Formats: sequence, structure tokens, C-alpha cells
Amino acid sequence: MTSDKPRSFQEIILRLQNYWADHGCAILQPYDMEVGAGTFHPATTLRSLGSKHWAAGYVQPSRRPTDGRYGENPNRLQHYYQYQVIIKPSPPDLQDLYLGSLQAIGIDMDLHDIRFVEDDWESPTLGAWGLGWEVWCDGMEVSQFTYFQQVGGYDCKPVSGELTYGLERLAMYVLGVDHVMDMPFNNPDAPIPLTYGDIFKQTEQEYSRWNFDVADTDTLLQHFKDAEAECARILDAPHIDPKTDRKIIMVHPAYDQCIKASHLFNLLDARGVISVTERQAYIGRVRTLAKLCADAFMQTEAGGAAA
Amino acid sequence: MADLLLELFSEEIPARMQARAAADLKKLVTDGLVEAGLTYGGAASFATPRRLCLTIEGLLAQSPDVREERKGPRVGVPEKALQGFLRGVGLTVDQLEIRDDKKGQTYFAVIEKPGRPAGDIITEIIPKVIRNFPWPKSMRWGEGSLRWVRPLHSILCVLSADDGAEVVDFDIDGIEAANLTAGHRFHAPEWFSVNNFDQYRAELKKAYVMLDAQERADHIWEDAKNMAFAQGLEVVEDAGLLAEVAGLVEWPVVLMGDIADDFMELPTEVLQTSMREHQKFFSVRNPKSGRIEKFITVANRETADHGATILAGNQKVLFARLSDAKFFWENDLRVPLADMGAKLENVTFHNKLGTQAERVARIAALAREIADDVDANADMAEDAAKVAKADLMSEMVYEFPELQGVMGKYYAQKAGMDDAIAAACADHYSPLGPSDMVPSEPVTVAVALADKIDTLTGFWAIDEKPTGSKDPFALRRAALGVIQLVLENGVHLFIEEALRLRIQKHIISSILFSDDGKRPVETGEDIRKAKDLLSFFHDRLKVYLRDKGISHDIIDACLAMPNNDDFTLLVNRAEALQAFIKTDDGTNLLQGFKRANNILTQAEAKDRVEYSYGADVKYAETDVEKALFAALATADKAIAPAIKSEDFATAMAAMAGLRAPIDGFFEAVKINADSDIVRRNRLNLLGQIRKTMAQVADFTRIEG
Repeated sequence: MTSDKPRSFQEIILRLQNYWADHGCAILQPYDMEVGAGTFHPATTLRSLGSKHWAAGYVQPSRRPTDGRYGENPNRLQHYYQYQVIIKPSPPDLQDLYLGSLQAIGIDMDLHDIRFVEDDWESPTLGAWGLGWEVWCDGMEVSQFTYFQQVGGYDCKPVSGELTYGLERLAMYVLGVDHVMDMPFNNPDAPIPLTYGDIFKQTEQEYSRWNFDVADTDTLLQHFKDAEAECARILDAPHIDPKTDRKIIMVHPAYDQCIKASHLFNLLDARGVISVTERQAYIGRVRTLAKLCADAFMQTEAGGAAA
Repeated sequence: MADLLLELFSEEIPARMQARAAADLKKLVTDGLVEAGLTYGGAASFATPRRLCLTIEGLLAQSPDVREERKGPRVGVPEKALQGFLRGVGLTVDQLEIRDDKKGQTYFAVIEKPGRPAGDIITEIIPKVIRNFPWPKSMRWGEGSLRWVRPLHSILCVLSADDGAEVVDFDIDGIEAANLTAGHRFHAPEWFSVNNFDQYRAELKKAYVMLDAQERADHIWEDAKNMAFAQGLEVVEDAGLLAEVAGLVEWPVVLMGDIADDFMELPTEVLQTSMREHQKFFSVRNPKSGRIEKFITVANRETADHGATILAGNQKVLFARLSDAKFFWENDLRVPLADMGAKLENVTFHNKLGTQAERVARIAALAREIADDVDANADMAEDAAKVAKADLMSEMVYEFPELQGVMGKYYAQKAGMDDAIAAACADHYSPLGPSDMVPSEPVTVAVALADKIDTLTGFWAIDEKPTGSKDPFALRRAALGVIQLVLENGVHLFIEEALRLRIQKHIISSILFSDDGKRPVETGEDIRKAKDLLSFFHDRLKVYLRDKGISHDIIDACLAMPNNDDFTLLVNRAEALQAFIKTDDGTNLLQGFKRANNILTQAEAKDRVEYSYGADVKYAETDVEKALFAALATADKAIAPAIKSEDFATAMAAMAGLRAPIDGFFEAVKINADSDIVRRNRLNLLGQIRKTMAQVADFTRIEG
């Protein structure tokens, strides 16, 4: 058991990276687009489809415009980090592996109360659902633990096990910090110690203002329509590329447009211009894109189709 | 005799599913055993977050031998028939017996099924039960195809008798039954072997697992109460939460913590909801102030620091949660209620029924219209309706939808509005079911009625009626709500015309809203739909009254009367009628009425006239006839004004006076007199009975 406590936000991230690397995961880098959660990374959504085995871990910056609190709330942010682990097929000792990761970041199992509380996961925008829990540490939700059952409308065979750690909350807890902005980001003894607030306080304010009051809704709406159209157009293209004469199904470029549409929807939601009934319609439109991408992925090699 | 112990050990089972799963396990396994001929003395099942357990005592060690005889075809029938019989019984010709029967020599099959050891039967039953277990939601994991609520890790299945215990062998998707179990995930994760239930339960207790959910719940409640009591406080009872929390722990440890002073200004409901929904904390109240001052949380383990770290962590989470709630509360208070309500313009209620704001405007207009009928101040009813749904746009209700209404009340109070308006915000959604509180504050009643009537007429106008089990807009509940509000408050509302007017408006605006824009309004569509909606109300009313002990025929007899859209009138009539029919006079009068009606119906069919007018006492030949004339005149004099003033008791009492004369009449008088004039006069006299009684109810519909 690792008993020495980490001292900074980044050390917790590094320990998780090392832990999951030691346990056989490919350590990937964040996806380079705005997403609402680590699940949107193609390493999870697309790779949980099909029969090929897979194991990956990565940090994913995530954006939830409606959660902006101008940097005032002790642990709500419109931009935060998730640590995501996805293993297909889910190993039988996944719960123990997960608990091992908590020990690795300095949570002493003898002093804390760890609980697995029912939380079925559903992403209407991805046409995905799974069963699992939110993991509580002393009443604090520190992770989501999900066995994927369906993604993009497809049954997951085999089933992927997905772990999502809310990094700021988890780190605040481990480091004993009451307000996220006070959390040491790097080593507090470094020549230039930086807190989370040094890095993100100002950006939280800026984005909160923009998200809630300034973002131009007409532009966002137009971008949404553009992304939607482009996604469908990409997938409509013939599978055989006339230039190289190879079968190249452009799933990932199309999926990028799906991710864009999803984030634009979140921004529109934060601006309060989407009504309850319209909401369902928008979610349905994004789901249609996700489903199209899943269909296309299943026809590719990574999706398990014969080359 | 033998005892069976079964444990299905898995990853954490959702708390809400545990009790049901334990009951299902017991039923499915014991049903299977009994069906296979294995009877037993007693059985019990248990659930914890990680295990389902079943213990069966006094099980037969072996099922009894069964001998079954089946009669086959006669000897000499076509080969095909014989082969069919052989296939059915699974024997060959030489195994059959030939016996003399009434019809000659006949084949008999004697099938002897020797008893089987309990172990063999259990081996078959349990895998079947596991594979077909009725979880509300189940899942696959890894590469397997077995479904369980969460990954199933091990199965303990031991059959024990005086001479020892043995594992019942079976295997499901690679999980082999054994005699092993493990204790608490953190306190005692080691596997150990078990031979029988008593040992299992005792060893688990040592391994920090309380097997019985009731024991865990009792333990939690006792500790929580004592801890609160020691500080002069009391735990707010919450049976649902207690059951849930008992399903989240194998080794409950109760801890009490503080709520920071920062949050004492938050409404009690906000504190309670936030703590219960997010943290599964019990609220601890100061009985003197009524305020929530502390919380109780239940951990799943003991620690060296006696829970100090755990409690500190929980307090920190609560601080963050309540900071959020406070953020919403303060933001909401900055927005005037009217401005908050104005945002409803951006929310579509239904694409054919417009926005929430348009809906609110309709409700406000209707609340004003019906204010008088419910003794409410019209201005106030309209004002209340205008703000009653504003809190749907508050941040607090966005976060905690269950606080709709309650928050509106607080925001109205903070805005200095009248108490009646604040109450209407809180309570206009009620009643939400047959057992819910029914508002009685007049302004609330006006808004609640207007809200429900607008919803019902709207969906009727656009043909979105409930069908079968589908009622997505809870229209049955809304209709029942209207009925409860009207009846409990004794409101007289002639609702049919109100419904028609609303429906007419809805139809016109829905055509404007919807894409087909140009559809013409059908003539009479509003009338037809209003009648249909009224009969929907009547159906709900029948259910409502049946639950109150009023039989369906009595209701039908009253529904057939005029003004049946005034539910209060309708129910007063039905109650009085029900009471009357139960009396001796009532029962006999009903018989007399039926007799009169039968005679009349036959005579009218035969003579092709209606005997409804012109009975004249001067043609009365006998005293009993004269007495009936007199009695009818007396009754009429009493009944008409009584009905007019809705005094049904008096009307019934007046009818009771008819019983004796009618009985006497039928006893002494022959209707079909030789004289045609006398006969017609008597028939018209019967017609008079029918007419008099028809003022009260349609007695032809009453059974008996």
C-alpha cells in the first residue's frame, strides 16, 4: 500500500497514470476537442464498440457550461478534468483494481468509507447506457464505475468496464483542500508554486460570463447546424477513396462533428434558449449523429470488421 | 431431513432492489423444490449489498417415489395410434401392460419414477432460477452472456444433514458452486468455508456483516435516535431513506455531524431535500425551534479514529452541496417572481398547446372565472395563478424538481405577497393522488382547479387522451384531482359548459400552433369532446365512489339524472340514494318500482302508448288505490322542493312514504281490470309512480 500522501493536483494525476500504466493500460493523451466528459473521447465511445480488446487510460479536460460558478463555488467548475479508464472486456477484478488506484493516490482504506452506490449511466446523446455505481468516499462521489451495455445503439460484446474519476474533487479530498482554487497544482515547495486558482480562477470567470450571458446564440445555432450537416456529409461519402482507391470510412472526422454538435448544444443550454421540448429534439439530433458514427465504425477494422 | 444454504455473492446490488430480490429468490427456489416433490419445514431469505442468501430447513433428503398409470389405446388399434401413445409415455410395446377393460383388452403404461436425492433436484433448479431471475434491470459483464444485477462472483450452495454437509455441484458460466464466502469488503475480505446457516450467520457477524436488513435498519435507527436524543435533538423520520441506507451497508456505523451556520437561513425543505437526495443523510431537528441543525450519516465500517475522518469528509461534502443550494437560493431571491415567471415564455409546454407562459395566462383567466364558485377573491385567484408556476424557472427547482411549489411559496413570501398567494404556489399541484392532501384554501382551490381543467381540456382538444396503461401527461390523476377538489370543498360547478368553452379555445389555438395551420374547426367538435371528457370524469368518479363504498348501479342511477356535471350534486344524490336503498323501505320500494316498471313496459309495448299522464282519482275503485293517489300527491309535494334545494335526505324520506301504499296497491289491485278505463287509469297511476321516483334517480338502473 502506498501510504505517502501526494502533495499536489498534478502528482495525483501522475500517480493515476503510472498505476494504470502498470496495470496494462495504454496511456493516451486528452482528445483535442471540447467535450462534456471523458466518455466522448473516441478511445471510449468508438473503442467500446466491436469485439476487439482494448485498455486505455487518459486525462480528459471536460466542459460543462451550465456548471460555471465564476470560480466561486468550492468545487463546481465549467472546465475540469476527468481521468478515464476503459478496459474491454471488463476484468473480473475491476473493483479491486479500482480500489488499488485509490490507494495509489494516498487514500487510506482503513480510515475512509468507500461505497458503491447504484448509479445507472445513460447518455441519451450517445445512445449509450450501462449499469454500475457512483463510488463514494466519505459521502463524496469520487468516481463513476460503469459496465457498458450499449453504445450507439449496439450491444457491447464484450462489455467494457469504464472508470471515470472527477479529478478536482478527488484531489481536493486527498489533499485536504476546501476550495478548489486553493489547491496546489504543482509541488508547493517548487520555486514557483502554483495553485489551481492561479491557473483557472480567471478563466472560470471569463467562461462563466461568456457561457451564461454573452455567447451569441444565433452563431451557436448556425454552428450546430453546420456540424450536423458536415457529419452526415462525411459519412455519406463513398467508402472507396477515389484518390487512393482504398476503403477509407471517415468515422473519426465525422465523429468530431458529432462532438462539436454536442458541445454546441451544451452551450445553447447554458444560454437558456432551449426549451424542455426542444431539448429532447436537440438530444435526438446529436444521438442520430452518434448512431451514424457507430454504424460506420462497425464497418472499419478497429470496429472488428474484416479488413 | 436436510437443510439447504445458498448464497449468491456479487458486486454491489442496488439498495432499492435487495428486499424484492431476496423475496423472489425464496419464492422461486421453494416453488421449484415443491414442484419437484421436495417439501420443506421453513425458509428465509436475506440480502446485503453484496449477497443474496436463502436458507431452507427440514427439506426432504429425497423426493418420494411416484407411480403413474396411463390408459392407452385398445389392443389391435392401428399401429399409428399405438406409436403415438408410446412416444407420449416414453416406453416400448413390451413395457406396456395389457388389461381387460370395459371395451376389451387395453394397453396400460405404468410409469414409475423413483424418488431422487435432494442434491440432484437442487442442481437443476438453482441454475434455472439464476438464469431467469426477475431483476428490474440486469447486465452482462466481461465476455460472458450470463445476466445478473451486477457481476456475480461466487455461489455458495451447501446441503447439510446430521451426518455432515456437502456442496451441491453445479456450474453457471464458469462459476462453480462451493462452500465458500467472504466477509466485509474491507474489514474481513478473506474467504472462509461454511457448513450450515447458523454457522454462516455467526461467522459473517464476526466478519463484520449483519445479514438481516431489518437488523441493520433497527441498529441504525436506534443509534441515530440515541445520538440525537443525547443532544436534545430528534431525527426526522424517513422510512424510505432508512431502508435505502440499510441496503448500502453490511456493517452500519452511525455518525452525527454538524451543518455549518452559513446555511441556517435556507428553507428546511431545501436542507432536507439536499441532504436526503444527494448524501442520503437523515435530518436532525431541534424540537424547540423546528430547525434542522445536524445530520446523521451511516458509514459501512469502523475505523481506528472512530469515524472522525469519515465524518469530516461527509461534512465537507455537505458544505459544498449546501453552498450550491445557497447559490441557487440567493440567485433566485434576486429575481422578482414576475420576472422569473416571464421566462416561461421560452419554455414550450406542448407544441400544440403553446408555451408555459401561454398556459399560465389561460390558467389565470380560468382561475378568475371560477373564483366565485369556490368563494375565492377573483383578483387574488388570478394573481396567484400568474405566479404559481414561476418557480419552475428558479435555479433551485431546476436542481431539485421535487421542490416545485414549495420554493414558489418561499419566493412569494419573500416578495411580500399575500399568504393566500404563497399557499397557492405551494399547494396548487395537489392532490397528486387519491390519498394526497386536498387543498381547501379558496385561492388555492381556484388555481388548482384551473390548472387541472386547462390541462385536461387542452389534451382533449388535441386528441392526446390516455390509452390503456399509457397516460404520459397524468390526465387520470388530473381528473381525479378535479373531482377531489370539487367534492371535498363542496363546490358546485356546472362543468360541462366550462369544458366546452375551454376545448373550443384550445382547438382554435392548437390549429394555429400546429403545422397544418389551415384545418377547419369541425362543427360540434367542441361539444363532442366536452361530452367525451365529461364521461372520462364520470369514469374516474365511479372509481373514486366505488372506493368509498358506493356501488356502480347507484352511481349509474344518479349519472342518468340532469346536471350530472355538478359532481357535488351527483355525489350527494348518490350517497343519499345508497343509504336509502339499504333501508328496509328502500329495498321494498325498489321492488315495487321494478314491478310497476315491468308492468308498464310490457303494457306500453303492447298498447303502443306511454302511460305517463292522466291518472285520475275519480276512477279509483278501491281504498288502496285512493291511498296510493294520496301518497303520491304527498310525496310529490315534498320531493320536488327537496330536489330543488338538493336536500336528498328529505326526498328519500318522502319516497319511503310510498312503500306501504305501493305494496298495498299491488297486493289488493288487479291492474288488468275488465273496464278499459279503469285499466288505463291504473296503468297511468303506475306511470305516476315512475314519474315521481324519476325525480330522485333513475331506478331502472339499480340492481336488486
